[in-house]
Amino acid sequence: MNVATVFFYLFSAIMIASAFMVIAARNPVHSVLFLILAFVNASGLFLLMGAEFLAMILVVVYVGAVAVLFLFVVMMLDVDFAELKQGFLQYLPIGSIIGIVVAIELLLVMLGFTQSDAALGAGAAPIQANMSNTEALGLVLYTKYVYLFQASGLVLLTAMIGAIVLTLRHKPDVKRQIISEQNARTRAGAIEIKKAPSRAGV
Amino acid sequence: MQIGLTHYLSVAAILFTLGVLGIILNRKNIIIILMSVELILLSVNINLVTFSTFLGDLTGQVFSLFILTVAAAEAAIGLAILVTYYRNRGSIAVEDINMMKG
Repeated sequence: MNVATVFFYLFSAIMIASAFMVIAARNPVHSVLFLILAFVNASGLFLLMGAEFLAMILVVVYVGAVAVLFLFVVMMLDVDFAELKQGFLQYLPIGSIIGIVVAIELLLVMLGFTQSDAALGAGAAPIQANMSNTEALGLVLYTKYVYLFQASGLVLLTAMIGAIVLTLRHKPDVKRQIISEQNARTRAGAIEIKKAPSRAGV
Repeated sequence: MQIGLTHYLSVAAILFTLGVLGIILNRKNIIIILMSVELILLSVNINLVTFSTFLGDLTGQVFSLFILTVAAAEAAIGLAILVTYYRNRGSIAVEDINMMKG
C-alpha cells in the first residue's frame, strides 16, 4: 500500500464523512464548516489525480468565497433553525429509498462500463507530460475554449449584477446627493426676493 | 492495490447520493438544500476530473472549471434571493414560499 493509496482513502473517508455531516448537522453553521472540510478534502483528491490548478481553484473559490458567503448568510439571517429541522425523520424512509435507488443505479453504471484502449489519449486535448497542469490548461482554455471562457465570464458578470440588484436597498430616510438636481438649480428657483415693508417685518 | 478509475467514481457516486439525500431530508431548510446542490456539483466535478486523468484528456478539467464558475454564480444568486426573501417575509421556510401558487 503506497502513500497515494493511503491518502486516497484518507481524503475520501473525511470527505464523505463531512458530506454526511453537512446534511445531518443540527446547526447550519456546523453544516457550512463541514462543507468547507469536504471541499478541502476534494481538493486533496484533485491533487492526487494531478489536477493541481483545479485543486487550488477549488480552495480559493469554494473555501474562500462560496463557503464564506454561506456562512455570512447563515449568520446574518435570524432564523429558528431547530424549527426547520423538524420533519427530518419523517422524510427518512422515502429519502433512504430514493438514496438507495440512486446509489444502485450509479453503481450499476460504474461496474457495467468497459473502457476501450483506443479511448486513451484520443480526446480533444491530450495531456502532455512535458508541461505543468496549469500551463497545459491555460494553453487549451485560451485557444480552443476561448468562447466558452468568455461566456463563463459573462455568467459571472450576470451573477454579480443580479446579486447587487437583489440585495441593494435604498433607505428612504437617508439623504443622498443628486448631482443633476444640484446642477439644474438656477438663481430663479433657489432664492426669492420679498419686499419687506418697513416697521412690519416679513 | 492501485487506485483506479472505479475508486474515484465510487467516491463521487457516494457524494452524489449524499447530496440527493440532503435535498430530500432537509426539505424545509433552503440553506441546507443549496449546500446539498453544491455537494452534487462537487461530485460531478470529481467525475469529470477522474475521467480527464484516466483518459489522458484535458477537456474534462476545462469543463470542471466551467462548472465551478456556474456553481459560484448559482450560490451567489441563490443566497441573494434568500436574503431578499427574508427581508420581505421574515422567514425562509420552504413551505412558506407559496405566494405564486405555482
